[in-house]
Amino acid sequence: MTITMSQVGGIVRRKEDPALIQGRGVYVDDIKLNGELTVAFVRSPFARARIRSVDTSAALAIPGVRAVYTIDDVRSLGPLLAQIPIGKLRPLLADGVVNHVGEAVAMVVAQDRYQAEDAAEAVLVEYDQLPASVGLKFSATDEVKIHDDLESNILHTWVSHDWWPGVFELEDYRPAIAAAKERDDVVIVSQEMVNQRLIPVAIEPRAVLADWSHGYDRVTLYTSSQIPHAVSGAIAKTFGLPVNAVHVIAPEVGGGFGCKLNVYPDEILVCFASHQLEAPVRWTETRREAGYSTIHGRGWIGTATITGTKDGEILGYELDAMADMGAYSQNLTVAIPVLGLYAASGQYNIPVEWTVKCVTTNTQTTDAYRGAGRPEAAYYLERAIDMYAAEIGMHPGDVRKKNYFKKEDFPATTPIGLTMDSGDYITTLDKLLIDADYAGLKEMQAQARSEGRYIGVGLSSYVEVCGFGPSILAEFGFGWDGYGLPTSFSGSGLVRINPDGSATVFIGTGPSGQGHETTWAQIVSDRLGIGMERIRVAHGDTSDAPYGIGTFGSRSAAVDGTATYEAAEKVRSKAADLVAHMLEASAEDIRFADGGAHVVGAPGHTVTWAEIAEVAYKPHKGPEGIEAGLEAHAMFSPGNATWPFGSNIAVVEVDVETGNVDILRYVAMDDCGNVINPMIVDGQLHGGIAQGIGQALFEEAVYDPDGNLLSTSLVDYPLPTATDLPMFELDRTVTLTDVNPLGVKGIGEAGTVGSAQTIVNAVVDALAPLGVKHIDMPLRPKKVWQAIQDAQEA
Amino acid sequence: MKVSMTVNGRLVNGDVEPRTLLVHFIREELALTGTHIGCETSYCGACTVHVDGEATKSCTMLAVQAEGASITTIEGMAMGDELHPVQEGFWERHGLQCGYCTPGMIMSGAALIAANPSPTEDEIRHGIEGNLCRCTGYHNIVKSIEYAAAKARGETPPPADWEEAVV
Repeated sequence: MTITMSQVGGIVRRKEDPALIQGRGVYVDDIKLNGELTVAFVRSPFARARIRSVDTSAALAIPGVRAVYTIDDVRSLGPLLAQIPIGKLRPLLADGVVNHVGEAVAMVVAQDRYQAEDAAEAVLVEYDQLPASVGLKFSATDEVKIHDDLESNILHTWVSHDWWPGVFELEDYRPAIAAAKERDDVVIVSQEMVNQRLIPVAIEPRAVLADWSHGYDRVTLYTSSQIPHAVSGAIAKTFGLPVNAVHVIAPEVGGGFGCKLNVYPDEILVCFASHQLEAPVRWTETRREAGYSTIHGRGWIGTATITGTKDGEILGYELDAMADMGAYSQNLTVAIPVLGLYAASGQYNIPVEWTVKCVTTNTQTTDAYRGAGRPEAAYYLERAIDMYAAEIGMHPGDVRKKNYFKKEDFPATTPIGLTMDSGDYITTLDKLLIDADYAGLKEMQAQARSEGRYIGVGLSSYVEVCGFGPSILAEFGFGWDGYGLPTSFSGSGLVRINPDGSATVFIGTGPSGQGHETTWAQIVSDRLGIGMERIRVAHGDTSDAPYGIGTFGSRSAAVDGTATYEAAEKVRSKAADLVAHMLEASAEDIRFADGGAHVVGAPGHTVTWAEIAEVAYKPHKGPEGIEAGLEAHAMFSPGNATWPFGSNIAVVEVDVETGNVDILRYVAMDDCGNVINPMIVDGQLHGGIAQGIGQALFEEAVYDPDGNLLSTSLVDYPLPTATDLPMFELDRTVTLTDVNPLGVKGIGEAGTVGSAQTIVNAVVDALAPLGVKHIDMPLRPKKVWQAIQDAQEA
Repeated sequence: MKVSMTVNGRLVNGDVEPRTLLVHFIREELALTGTHIGCETSYCGACTVHVDGEATKSCTMLAVQAEGASITTIEGMAMGDELHPVQEGFWERHGLQCGYCTPGMIMSGAALIAANPSPTEDEIRHGIEGNLCRCTGYHNIVKSIEYAAAKARGETPPPADWEEAVV
């Protein structure tokens, strides 16, 4: 179904913005409660050590200090809960051993943060240092086995043809690919590549504030989270409470990007301390400790191999990789590679064999970071395809087109048995090649080369799988069962017409910058004809929102947006009965627009929403027997994920004297189905692309061999600044999906999934005349310069 | 230590530890929470305020160093209901997503166009280089400041990307 109504598809200034641009938005750290106390953590300086003793006496003697807690105080609460409990679960505080630098050993609670930090310095911890296991290849040898109670540092191995035993019967492509390799008309390209570990760096550090009410026997937790309902479940399960005794509020969330899609020990610990000390307890992460206390992302090394004919037919794509899980498994840690597996074949109808080993190391936990597995998948595949195209001397666009699923193939089944809803990949790529003037760029490149300048043109395609998701995936672990909430990833929305005719929309998902308040108001305004200014969208508060899964995996619009659309439909249906009664017309003839309703063909025959609401709340004025009130809740459980896609082109110039990379142009052609607010969709792409460029050029979480995190500040972990990025040139195609009635697919991660390899492909293209075939990210000047020297020497 | 300064046109007094950062004084003592903290190395710029008209990262200053100074925070930018042109620009050109870097970004943008009423794209990018945004890729922030600069000059702002794209 195509949505062609006034608000959906329109540019609407955001409802969120007036507060935020005036400094009047409220984030967790802006909330103050009477008598609150503040936490500082004592953190391990060692990557792996036995804790001999913890002496808190000096800390407790500091004025203002109320308590110092260790694992002995909280062991009975059990470890931190996780969805996929493969690997070692994280103890709430270090239990006898520490397993990464920065692991919290003790928690100090004091009257203010300055005192708490002083006291944390005064806690004396004696350690016996143990050898650490850092680096995937080393850790996978089990030479230093990290956890005594686990068999191996290799926690699990995901294999594409057997990723969900008992559910999918899949072809093992290994024999076919092995046979193809024996053919004499094939070429084989193979490259080991690093997809480096990243630190998410939401600009708002995480912050928590707990207020345990002994009088009302419930706890309120303010937390900067993408998943407030899941957090409430985890707290309830941990403390043995019913979930309705835990009230979680995520107010403004200053960026999430997946790192706030987790339940963290601090969220549990401040509740514990608030209960013990009978006072509100707060903790706000510093940027430095965010490297220790918030999850990291990516961290893969793998060898990608393409076997294909000399005229561009790919006969097999293999990836043999390891993914760094860090020391402890949290929410979805070990499942992140599966999300990559979902997108392993990209836009291509090719045989795929993937093996990803999940390896524990003495480092911070990894989990979902924008794209979560899918950027890694796209990176390996699209780098390998570019190498293959270069090897056989074929246009990189032509190689891709030759192997794409074609429009008529949809719905298309991927090699791992999933069904892609819709796609028209060639149209999108062709439009991109024309928009960017690919042919002209290659001419410009040739001209530049003749002048001694190194310009590169990089192309890549991606498929994102998002809109999670189908209820059946809860059986795999994509639900909140681990947090004591037996659920799937369904969406929810509640639309309430208030007695004055305004509307309040309660949603089960919430923004961390994505503009939900605006987009959801557009959906409801469209269905009901209520003005945007008369609609308030409420989110992030578990006591008033319908049960909700949260914001991640580019799922909100496609799943919760659809639920809200369906709730609005229910309201519309009942309101039509009311208006039919009021205007003495047939309900089928009632239309909603311009702040009220009218009879079709008789636009003068109108009632306002205030008048409709009055009849709803005074049922004696309505049709005989009608129930009072006017609100509806709907949940939506999609039958499939959605599969947005697109292709990107980057144009870069490399200074071969310094290794510096300049991005001259970045052109993206994305297809996310229907677009509710093009301004917001483009904004999601801008930010997503910037994060992919950050990975390509700048960002890397670096551990030394002893497990010290060397990149804990924004000086050592450089994000892209305004001078590093170009204006982005965006355009789109629209291929609808029938997975949901809005026809929307999701856009939150597409920019990130599509961009890193586009940049690397461009840099390698620039340096091809110098013999450079690959450089591992991040492509900082020194590394690029070194790659040029190495290629020249070779 | 006693400290006094003018904040958003109002004379304020405080009694602070010498080590108290200006940003903590603004947030905790004055309850002006629009000034944000995103790091502790003066790198992210979320805490940017104007000190005697200069865009300054308020985590780099002690409160006592601001003795006698005139401070403007994001809360002091609008004149009643009338937004500052940079605030208006951010709203009109989708210059913010999560909003966390936004106050600092607006303060830097306002200082930039006060010093240079007609900045080029390149000058805008350099002017906000000390402010990090993780959401927008800066594209719409640059557009927002271009809008604001035009408004402040009394000119019609350049069209939005989407005004060009959408009929």
